[in-house]
Amino acid sequence: MKKTTALWLALGLAGYVLLPWYETDAGLLDPAVLAAYIRGEVPSGLAQMLFHGRWWLAAPLIGFAGSLAVLLVVKAQRQAAIGLVTFTAAGLALSAMQGLLIIPSGARLLSFPGTEVGQGSMGIGALLTFCGLLFTLTTGISGLGKGRGDAFVCGLIGAIVASVGVFVFYPVLHVLLRAFELRDKTGYGFGEFLPRLLSADIWGAKCLVFAGPCGSGTNSLILALMTGLGTTVLGLAFALIFTRTNFRAKGLLRVLTIIPIITPPFVIGLALILLFGRSGTVTNLLADVFELERTRWLYGFWGVYLAQVLSFTPIAFLVLIGVVEGVSPSMEEASQTLDADRWQTFRYVSLPLMRPGLANAFLLGFIESLADFGNPLVLGGNFNVLSTEIYFAIVGAVADPARAAILSIALLFLTLGVFLIQRRWVGKKSYTTVTGKADSGRHAALNPGLRAACYALALPWAAFTAVVYSMIAFGSLVKLWGYDHTFTLAHYARAFAIDIGHGLRFTGSAWDSFFTTLGIAAISAPLTALIGLATAYLLVRQRFFGKAAFEFSTMLSFAIPGTVIGVAYVMAFNFPPIELTGTAIILVIVFIFRNMPVGVRGGIAAMSQLDKSLDEASTMLGANSFTTARRVLAPLLGPAILAAVTYSFVRSITSVSAVIFLVSARHNMATSFIVGRVENGDFGVAIAYSAVLILTMLAAILTLQFTIGQRRLRRTNRLEAA
Amino acid sequence: MTNTLPKGSVRFDRVAKRYGNVTALKELSLEIEPGTLVTLLGPSGCGKTTTLRLIAGLESASEGSIFIGGQDVTHLSATYRKVSMVFQSYALFPHMTVLENVAYGLTVKRMRKAEAKQRAEMGLELVGLKGFGNRLPSELSGGQQQRVAVARAIVLEPEVLLLDEPLSNLDAKLRRHVREEIRQIQQRLGLTAVYVTHDQEEAMAVSDRIIVMRNAEIAQEGSPHDLYERPASAFIADFIGDANLVDVEVTAASSSGAEIALCGRKLTLPSAAAPTGPAKLVLRPHQIKLDRMPGQSTFPAEITYAAYLGNQIQYTLQGELGSLFAVAPPIAGAPQVGSSVFVSFEPTEARLVSA
Ligand SMILES: Nc1ncnc2c1ncn2[C@@H]1O[C@H](COP(=O)(O)OP(=O)(O)O)[C@@H](O)[C@H]1O
Ligand SMILES: [Mg+2]
Repeated sequence: MKKTTALWLALGLAGYVLLPWYETDAGLLDPAVLAAYIRGEVPSGLAQMLFHGRWWLAAPLIGFAGSLAVLLVVKAQRQAAIGLVTFTAAGLALSAMQGLLIIPSGARLLSFPGTEVGQGSMGIGALLTFCGLLFTLTTGISGLGKGRGDAFVCGLIGAIVASVGVFVFYPVLHVLLRAFELRDKTGYGFGEFLPRLLSADIWGAKCLVFAGPCGSGTNSLILALMTGLGTTVLGLAFALIFTRTNFRAKGLLRVLTIIPIITPPFVIGLALILLFGRSGTVTNLLADVFELERTRWLYGFWGVYLAQVLSFTPIAFLVLIGVVEGVSPSMEEASQTLDADRWQTFRYVSLPLMRPGLANAFLLGFIESLADFGNPLVLGGNFNVLSTEIYFAIVGAVADPARAAILSIALLFLTLGVFLIQRRWVGKKSYTTVTGKADSGRHAALNPGLRAACYALALPWAAFTAVVYSMIAFGSLVKLWGYDHTFTLAHYARAFAIDIGHGLRFTGSAWDSFFTTLGIAAISAPLTALIGLATAYLLVRQRFFGKAAFEFSTMLSFAIPGTVIGVAYVMAFNFPPIELTGTAIILVIVFIFRNMPVGVRGGIAAMSQLDKSLDEASTMLGANSFTTARRVLAPLLGPAILAAVTYSFVRSITSVSAVIFLVSARHNMATSFIVGRVENGDFGVAIAYSAVLILTMLAAILTLQFTIGQRRLRRTNRLEAA
Repeated sequence: MTNTLPKGSVRFDRVAKRYGNVTALKELSLEIEPGTLVTLLGPSGCGKTTTLRLIAGLESASEGSIFIGGQDVTHLSATYRKVSMVFQSYALFPHMTVLENVAYGLTVKRMRKAEAKQRAEMGLELVGLKGFGNRLPSELSGGQQQRVAVARAIVLEPEVLLLDEPLSNLDAKLRRHVREEIRQIQQRLGLTAVYVTHDQEEAMAVSDRIIVMRNAEIAQEGSPHDLYERPASAFIADFIGDANLVDVEVTAASSSGAEIALCGRKLTLPSAAAPTGPAKLVLRPHQIKLDRMPGQSTFPAEITYAAYLGNQIQYTLQGELGSLFAVAPPIAGAPQVGSSVFVSFEPTEARLVSA
């Protein structure tokens, strides 16, 4: 324990004594910053405290000095651990407090004499200091016998709790705080909060009696209910066709399961505009043939609803395949041997067994719809939902952060509420049916009536989906959709032109955001996989004090909609102590914490399949948990790790809701670039760019499948060779 | 790999283990001598695996202290205990070859590669798997995988070797063979071994001593012979070898045996001991003799079921002594179902347990 402690202390001290405490304009490796650093113009925490009147930066010193004294003086292991924990916890708490309380300007909760100099945002020195103290603390806790005395596990828990705390809960708390801000900006108070949260412009329901528009909250709820229902019914029809009939083109249905992963959320909306917009193909056709009036019906509830059902049906399908397959065939066989016909078997045995799974699919569709931002943004028109209202409250003509905060809380309540219902009520049940034992026997075929109903429902929808996607290909290749259908590559040229006249130059307008997107996705993907799998490892494999709370808080962070995270980041990371807006770092961070669920879920699924006795065998053979994770779990989880990396990469590329708040002129992302084009009515480039993104992601996924396939092949080859 | 291995004793001092409000072990105290093979035997759910995992350090005790080789290891984590374990599922690492598996424990202790490899090869030789080092575990049969698991555990020269139902994944024919091998290796190396099983025959066959557990407690411990010949309770009598338990009344007890009243007849059992009062008479199936004619102290019964097993016939009888289970050699003219017989037993062989 002493060696590990000493190492972390040394790292922290190096940060505190040597490196600049405050954030510098550019990275430390930037020549100008480096020169200033060498001249001593960007002082370390210690120097700030000693020579620049910032006495409060002595806080970390309490942790360091105390811990060093403990290390040198106290011999007994337990006493030493208690000492370390006390001092580092105090150091951390005080350091965090000084950061939160002593800021340069703005509304202060408290102010202290002698702090008028104020301070900027924390930098690399502060980061290392906090890490050093944190891991000394966790090592100390491991010395107390918590986490079964395992420094690696304690450190991992500490790292995840701290990062989720700083990058999920801290920003969300900011939103909560802003929601209590008084309208005249004079401070905070409870008086206005409830009336604003419950006001009619959020929850008004006039539209239900056709007496005017509804509030955005009501709109969101109605939309989510309808979308949840629609996607569940369609998803079930697809799942039944897929698992219970001998439908020929099942391979094509499989494609449906990949589509939502690689489709940026607004692309369906775009394609719908090309079909049903004022100059859309179908609109034109109807106008020409039946002389129907060209209306803007698409821009409103029905357009958004259509886009969402198209977008989220595949997700319901994915969930319900598992549910339908999870119904044990022996139950159905038993029912049939008891002389029930196929319809009775389905109605009285299979369907009740699927009920928790169906509820689960419904709630998933419900949450997805609530959190969806891209489709309402593109198609919403005057139909306001919470997620777009939040966006306009931040970037609109009259920015009103307090209103954005209130709306965010309303949205958060809805998603968290549904999420909790899902976990309490159906979450567990539906998992057990999916992970049941392999069961022999055959599923009962559908009875003819039901089969016909499924086909009637699903096949037109599948055809429609195909048409919508082909729009993306065609739309990017004609001059001006609806008016001039001559073939052209001009949109691609404008976006992705390359000039090789004077050396290689990427002159297309899209390249900048394209490279930024790929770069940031590539940086964040492995980090996401790492933190996601580490969380899964703790959840599946370790027992520790407070695990239930740990699990709950990581799960809770899954339910926070992207829009809310975006707003929260803008509110929390725009000023000290942590100032990140406008940097690429904030984009990387937002992707990590938005996509963490992918890694966690994948990790949990993969790790649950590895027998726990493998870890225990490794432990018994004298390996500590770090060695076990590295030499036993990591190699066996290879495919899961690869999948987590790929999916977080792809999700980073398609993400729009949180990102749109955080992009800057220097770091623009593909999705927000496309949304910008759409808002300018520049559909050609938008669609061309979307097509390129989809192809990029398809390539990533196919590479993944191929690589995993290769790994399996190698294994069997080896078997045959022996 | 000679018999100079360190031999550890194991001692539990009032160790308890609770999971929430489930009590997996109640205040267990036990002592395992160095160099012996001790079996934890008992029905499923009685706490055998929990006891083993406490020795291993994979679970931490809720109360009490654990000593290995005289050292208090209660708060030492599994990584640092000099204990190895053979898992029920073998837990061989599927991505490593057999040799890498066996050398794993040595390499994580930073032993040099060449030396670790040499030691691992010696370990494989010891379990008769020389030359299998380059295969993957999936390329071995169940029995071979089992032996790799044993080799992997013993190359670390543990003070105590733990085995959790090591035979349960093998087919019945192989079990006898593998258990003999495990016993031979244990005796050859003089290892201290703790062996968990729920199969009493297996326990009898391999153990120096057996600790029978029931409901999170020790029911009785002793050598296989002791447990069979001197069961302390009806549970042990029935669990270790089958037994018919017949209600009797002890009328007089002395150092030279017990006098009992059985269906109105008086019998003297010279090698049974019990206080006066109600008790149970232990009759092993093979101790029951069946005759066609009544004799001195015989009890009438009728055969309700007979099963011919080749080497013996198993009978179920109904009669004065209640329902009895008996076996007899399959000789010509053996009694048939429905026939009336007279049951007797040798008083010197009969035992008494408390009711
Ligand atoms: N991780 C656990 N959580 C809760 N109860 C457990 C756990 N492990 C074992 N138990 C309970 O402890 C008791 C003893 O289990 P075990 O030692 O595995 O029995 P066995 O003798 O079959 O090996 C059982 O009642 C079991 O349900
Ligand atoms: Mg067990």
